[in-house]
Amino acid sequence: MLKYFFIRLLSAIPVLFLVILITFILVRLAPGGPFDQERAAPPAVLANLNKQYHLDDPVVVQFKDYLVNLLRGDFGPSFKYPTRTVTEIILTGLPPTLELGLYALLFAMFVGISTGVMAGLKPNSAQDYIPMTIAMIGICLPSFVLGPLLILGFGIGLEWFPVSGWGDSPGDKVLPAITLGAAYAAYIARLTRGGMLDVMSQDYIRTARAKGLSPARIVGLHALRGALAPVVAFAGPAAAGLLSGSFVVETIYQIPGLGRFYLQAAFNRDYTMILGTTIFFATLIILFNFISDVIQAWINPKLRQSLSK
Amino acid sequence: MSLLTVSNLTTRFYTREGITTAVDKVSFTVKQGEILGIVGESGSGKSVCCYSLMGLIPSPPGKIESGSALFQGQDLLKLSERELRKIRGNSVAMIFQDPMTSLTPHMTIGEQLIEAYRVHNKSTSQQAKLRAIKVLQEVGITNIEQRMNAYPHEFSGGMRQRVMIAMALITEPKLLIADEPTTALDVTVQAQILQLIKNLQISHNLGVIFITHDLAVISQLADDIVVMKNGEVVEAATANALFRSPQHPYTQSLIAAIPDSAKPKNRHAIEVNAGDEIKANAAATPLVEVKGLSKSYSLTQNTWFFSKKREFKAVDNVSFDIFKGEILGLVGESGSGKSTLGRSVIRLLDADANVLRIDNTDLQSLGADDLRRARKNLQMIFQDPFASLNPRFTVFDTLAEPLLVHGIANKNNLLQKINELLDDVGLERKHIRKYPHEFSGGQRQRIAIARALAPQPKLIIADEPVSALDVTIQAQILELLLELTQKHGLTMLFISHDLSVVRYLCDRVMVMNKGQIVEQGETEALFSSPKNSYTQQLLSAIPTLKVSA
Repeated sequence: MLKYFFIRLLSAIPVLFLVILITFILVRLAPGGPFDQERAAPPAVLANLNKQYHLDDPVVVQFKDYLVNLLRGDFGPSFKYPTRTVTEIILTGLPPTLELGLYALLFAMFVGISTGVMAGLKPNSAQDYIPMTIAMIGICLPSFVLGPLLILGFGIGLEWFPVSGWGDSPGDKVLPAITLGAAYAAYIARLTRGGMLDVMSQDYIRTARAKGLSPARIVGLHALRGALAPVVAFAGPAAAGLLSGSFVVETIYQIPGLGRFYLQAAFNRDYTMILGTTIFFATLIILFNFISDVIQAWINPKLRQSLSK
Repeated sequence: MSLLTVSNLTTRFYTREGITTAVDKVSFTVKQGEILGIVGESGSGKSVCCYSLMGLIPSPPGKIESGSALFQGQDLLKLSERELRKIRGNSVAMIFQDPMTSLTPHMTIGEQLIEAYRVHNKSTSQQAKLRAIKVLQEVGITNIEQRMNAYPHEFSGGMRQRVMIAMALITEPKLLIADEPTTALDVTVQAQILQLIKNLQISHNLGVIFITHDLAVISQLADDIVVMKNGEVVEAATANALFRSPQHPYTQSLIAAIPDSAKPKNRHAIEVNAGDEIKANAAATPLVEVKGLSKSYSLTQNTWFFSKKREFKAVDNVSFDIFKGEILGLVGESGSGKSTLGRSVIRLLDADANVLRIDNTDLQSLGADDLRRARKNLQMIFQDPFASLNPRFTVFDTLAEPLLVHGIANKNNLLQKINELLDDVGLERKHIRKYPHEFSGGQRQRIAIARALAPQPKLIIADEPVSALDVTIQAQILELLLELTQKHGLTMLFISHDLSVVRYLCDRVMVMNKGQIVEQGETEALFSSPKNSYTQQLLSAIPTLKVSA
């Protein structure tokens, strides 16, 4: 069991290496470079810049140097903001993104699971159709449509929540969290519903009913753990997706998060910044998937036993 | 004293396809300290009837239309869900068919037992735990302190059913409803569980409703019996009266269909007519020769820190021949390795063998292509025809495929060949465009047999082909298999856990236990004087129709 998870962790190393390699090649294949500007700089200046950042070395050497620095925990300097290192930028952008992702995940879990359970308990009734239709719309609606709609309705129309900012006024975190979490909530609702339908038709639920247990106890204790298995499997990638996919929401609501730096880095051909954030997000994705695997093993004793094969 | 009196119970299901009356004006009485058997084939309404009493039918689509069920002065059918919950699992407890799926997989046995007790009794968890230990002792679980922390999948089928029974008894119920409690179990385990239920029934003075399809089982237990068919009670009598002189034709046909009482009479009748010649030639020539066949799996045993690998020999150094034209029976309990052996013989599984020859071809030397060509002569029939037929293939597609692949038919005579196959297995030709789900279990097994026959094989491996079928259908399929093997001069390896079926069908029998063949011989000789102690134990565990004088 522990051995299995140890091997899983070790297998992250080649995955990360491939991610670095592919990103490294792709950013250099893309046309343009970090120092291209509307007005071209004199060739002598460009050569100097390239020399300073070792961009005139052979690509293989650059890659080797980058890896060596990386192993020391150094993501290198940003090409666009020469006074700051990539690590610094990530660390300043991370807290809002983490916070936003956390709220969005909590929102998605709470809303998704509760509506999914409701729908799954009375399939093919109004209690099922109405939330599931809304969920379908939620999945289809991209956040750059939902965000402005929410701003229009709850921000400008009803004036319940501020329309932008982060931590400046109370309640300004509500709309971004909902915008980011909506699609995930909808997907989790559908997964939960499917899981509930599946579990509630199992023989052991019949046994639980024959024991005279209350419906709440049957759902909470006997059904939910099995029904949430697909949700837990999805939660890992979802958490990673919430963090790495928040740049649209961060842009809409003017949140100084990591997603915006990521996007700008791509526009600016800020090689080290792109690589740094990509590696950072890749690590997060691997980490969250790993956590989700651990939780899955925890809720399923049979899986726990078969894992070390 | 009557414990439960059910009168005129009617339950209907309102589905999109129409209204079905699952239980139709059913009446019966369960007396305190007595066992009432409810007997019927699948779809007879025997389970729905008892689930209706306990408010356990899914509703909608199910609806209890009328009737009353008096239990301790209360009409169960008039109680609200909340009131009924106080009775369920308290004064009326239930056990179910498949103990594999009937316990919550992610809760320990101890948690589930303690829960069952505390829902109905105010007590500390320590008191409930002591109570759980006591009932587990009573049903014969050993090493209880440790087993309380184990999960259901860590128990064997028989042990799990004991746990189910313990969970039912923990609240000292007055009435126990047992829905096919031994159907999923091996015959020796079944015998133990039946004995356990009987003992507990006496010591606790329980009223029991025992639902089953198996007349032999119920004849050993019940005081009274109700026979159900299509939702109606066709006959109700004391067990003695019912088995001595069954009144209703349906009851008579059920009793007649029990393979054991219909022993080998049909088999020999056909053989005298058609079999003499074949048998005389065949006796000397084995179609299948197996020597020293073994198949092992590696198992991993886990704890949190270590994993130990260990070899598990599913089949251990087995040798036998199958002669041309004979039906060789292979009996054993679940886990004995009989299915693994069956599959290894035709190399669906790769095993180690000194000799594995079929029709003078060394099967082990064949490459992938040759093996695929050889498969034409080696066909299988499986237990669950619903699972083994492609749901998106019509009968035509299912049968056309092997006919075309093996070049038995071409485009011109395909339809004619398929029709001949349908005639052979007794299916009407008009069904040719239907899909598997449109057929009954027995018809599906006929399709599966037709598919196996299609490439005109020499050897058929039949793996529990009648285990999923009702007893009257089972008798028909056995009859069909017998007829077809004679007609086409087929050789068959017939794998089954059901000794009565094997005795009825097979010329010779092999008994398998823990991967080894412990005894083989002519069917009648083996059944009348078994030499091996395991065979003896197995034979004595067969439930037989018990009719007291």
